[in-house]
Amino acid sequence: MEAQTAAKADAAKVELHGSNVIAAIKASGVEFVLSVPDIVTSAGLLRPIANDSTLRLVRVCKEDECIGIASGLHYSDKRALTLIQYTGFLDSLNAIRAVAVEYKQPICMMVGLLGHEPERLPSESGRYGVRIIEPICDAMGIPHHLISQDADVAKIQPAIDKAYADSFPVALLIGRRPLAQ
Amino acid sequence: MMKREDCFKALARHVTDEVVVATYSSAVEWNDLGPRVLNYFSMGAMGLASSHALGLALANPNRQIIVLDGDGSLLMNLGSLVTIGAQSPKNLVHFVSHNECYEANGSHPLPNPKVDFSGLARSAGYAHVFDFNELASFEQQVAHVIGLQGPVFATLRVERSRPLTYDYPALYAPEKRRALKAELRKG
Repeated sequence: MEAQTAAKADAAKVELHGSNVIAAIKASGVEFVLSVPDIVTSAGLLRPIANDSTLRLVRVCKEDECIGIASGLHYSDKRALTLIQYTGFLDSLNAIRAVAVEYKQPICMMVGLLGHEPERLPSESGRYGVRIIEPICDAMGIPHHLISQDADVAKIQPAIDKAYADSFPVALLIGRRPLAQ
Repeated sequence: MMKREDCFKALARHVTDEVVVATYSSAVEWNDLGPRVLNYFSMGAMGLASSHALGLALANPNRQIIVLDGDGSLLMNLGSLVTIGAQSPKNLVHFVSHNECYEANGSHPLPNPKVDFSGLARSAGYAHVFDFNELASFEQQVAHVIGLQGPVFATLRVERSRPLTYDYPALYAPEKRRALKAELRKG
């Protein structure tokens, strides 16, 4: 019984702090954050980013705008992060297909997996929309990384650096609501 | 009613070091006026020309960015008017050629051919809004329009064009994109 209690306590300690994610975004040289609000990342990422004078937040009306804006910024070597929900990712697939993949632009997308159960892999989610995200990325050849706990934050800077080095998109999938601290 | 190619010829007489972002039929007719390193052709994802232009404008605040949009294209990204209005880049001039149809896709009519783009841009927050349907008036004012502090919006009421040849791979060739990027890196 004690072991079970300890295991539950350990599981409860698995967290993702928004401040860690934002620090990694900044360390990646990102200057612009392009976003449609997503309840997964609203409190832990978007709100603090909106209050952070070292990042320029561009609020857009629809997610595919981010793909064009990021491309335009890239022509002058400005790094951008697109912060959206998976529903917006799905809505933007043609823009991602054309601008990011076929024209080989380093579009870096941070995608909130609304409804995802953090203890599962996205491919095993009970939510259909979440379950199809990684296979879609694979079909389009887009590298993707799951960011579900603080230990995953170390993946962010190398992934963004590689996207710019290769001039190719990347998807950073947020599998747990980042804490607003 | 004007011809788009006449409007573009009038515009070209005043374009120097501006980046011109053009899409679909507008891109073809602008490109027909001659090669320019500072042309940026937005293809593959219809509607995004204004968003590409916003990114360029934010990254290059000291350089004027001119976008040559289409009416069908802009209808696919109307939210970008609001985004641009909010960001309010002083260096962005947004033309939309209003010929009331999806010219690059068979000239089928817009869902509402009489949509008031200038009214939409005005309410979205553009600093200056124009609406041209006579070439003489456009020729007289175009230098003033592109010299204003933006964001500036202008509807060009134009006829359907002559038959165009759409060679998208040539317009968006990798070497052209590399040349544009190299030019912008010079500052």
